[in-house]
Amino acid sequence: MMRADLNIIYDWIAPDAHVLDLACGDGVLLENLARHKGVTGYGLEIDADGITHCVARGVSVIEHNLDDGLASFSDQSYDQVIMTQALQALRRPDRMLHEMLRVADEGIITFPNFAYWRHRVHLGLRGYMPVSKSLPHAWYDTPNIHLSTFNDFEHLCRDQGLVIVDRAVGVGNHRGHWTSRLWPNLFGEIAIFRVRRQS
Amino acid sequence: MPDSHSADTESQLPPDSVGVVVPEVAHFETPLELACGKTLPAYDLVYETYGTLNAERTNAVLVCHALSGHHHAAGYHHPDDRKPGWWDAYIGPGKPVDTRHFFVISLNNLGGCHGSTGPLSHNPETGRLWGPDFPVVTVSDWVHSQARLADRLGIERFAAVIGGSLGGMQVLQWSIDYPERIASAAVIAATPRLSAQNIAFNEVARQAIRSDPDFSGGWYAEHDTMPKRGLKLARMVGHITYLSADAMGSKFGRDLRSDDLHFGFGVEFQVESYLRYQGDTFSTTFDANTYLLMTKALDYFDPAAAYDGNLSRAMAPAQCPFLVLSFSSDWRFPPSRSRELVDALIHAGKPVSYANIESPYGHDAFLLPEPRYEAIFSAFMQRAASSSEGEPKEGQP
Repeated sequence: MMRADLNIIYDWIAPDAHVLDLACGDGVLLENLARHKGVTGYGLEIDADGITHCVARGVSVIEHNLDDGLASFSDQSYDQVIMTQALQALRRPDRMLHEMLRVADEGIITFPNFAYWRHRVHLGLRGYMPVSKSLPHAWYDTPNIHLSTFNDFEHLCRDQGLVIVDRAVGVGNHRGHWTSRLWPNLFGEIAIFRVRRQS
Repeated sequence: MPDSHSADTESQLPPDSVGVVVPEVAHFETPLELACGKTLPAYDLVYETYGTLNAERTNAVLVCHALSGHHHAAGYHHPDDRKPGWWDAYIGPGKPVDTRHFFVISLNNLGGCHGSTGPLSHNPETGRLWGPDFPVVTVSDWVHSQARLADRLGIERFAAVIGGSLGGMQVLQWSIDYPERIASAAVIAATPRLSAQNIAFNEVARQAIRSDPDFSGGWYAEHDTMPKRGLKLARMVGHITYLSADAMGSKFGRDLRSDDLHFGFGVEFQVESYLRYQGDTFSTTFDANTYLLMTKALDYFDPAAAYDGNLSRAMAPAQCPFLVLSFSSDWRFPPSRSRELVDALIHAGKPVSYANIESPYGHDAFLLPEPRYEAIFSAFMQRAASSSEGEPKEGQP
């Protein structure tokens, strides 16, 4: 079984698409896409165990630090670029968003929504930095250096002139139900966006 | 059919060793046209095999050796041998190149000095030793000769062709020249072409050999001499490029052989003693003309040259998945050179995986045990093993 956000992305990827998966982890999404939808492409990953798992699955994976950009990939060379749960760990998320839509027509991005109500309770009522399933680290050892919310990301897309094609929420291991779809910034734990350049 | 010559009775050998192996010689009468325009009328290739070829002949793996390598990649020639073959850490039962699944072939390349036809063999046209007249062979020439050895052994298609350093360059050439005969490729600690600095180091080595008075224009064997001083220097300078500054520092530091400085030019620092020892040993066991040939093969290797330097176009014929590995402290063929190859493969749309293994040991790291290196190499070879058993391929970009 794949993570909830990966299941949503799986449905959003077109059959036979050529994709890049930034921070592809153990390669489970790319393997499923290749096996069942004829999808081709590469995963980028920095974790040694993740890379070995990808190779074991037959997923093409490149050891690469996303903070170094995507210079190895030419303009418009992919149909879709996926980046799950990595935006918040990048030095410059805005630049990566721009890079993603340079190499592909469409970007799919997921990140933990900092404005999720449980996080608000942590911070607003208890006065502690939120720790949750989607944000499991303590403030001092977290790799997540750029936390943001549904609203923040929509704002950034507007600034970069991007069109939000689709939006979804994940809560725990499930897709969000109606409350999170209606008020994603409050009830969505994982933000899932599908964006394109303005044509 | 040549088979593994493992002797199960050698109980004192490690259980994950291929055991005692006996090299074989394949003689070829069909002339081999070389890139330089000359032709080798006939030649021998000495090789070893480990494991068993399956009935479908789909589980063969070809191992390509580096500059000073040879056919003895794994196991022991004699139970009392102090050291096993040069890639024994990675070839054997349960090792990344698992001889329980694969039939592994390792040969000595043409121009070598370990039994294959080279400068120490007789030139049938003159009756003399080849010596300095042995034609300058290229990586491409080697690959063609290896393909003929595969024909001889009844191998249509290799499950994998693998190699480190100069061996990795042969793997690349295989994927270009015989794309239909190679099902997967592991290119380790290699580079798609030498840098000016790499060529410069090779030239220092060549000059060291050629300026030794005992070199005698390359005819030293006829004079019953050896350019030992030159070959020793060549090895010393080469050896420096195989190690990292950190590895040298932690191994020797500024340690002295005795307590005091002697204010002279004898051996004082441990690193001096080590380099001299390495050079001395090498200069009595390796052939100087072979060393010259091997460095030339390195310098000339540049598959992109025929495509205006466009490596991506050079790699276009390749059909197999690649594993490219580099080592963090390798400054001879640094990670950036492997990445260059990876980027070219990506642009060509080829299936490729790349990892940069953290290691303090410099270029030599590709020969040494390292858990992450073993894990990823094993994972890749297991894919190659299951593909060779007819499982459908997945994850092709």
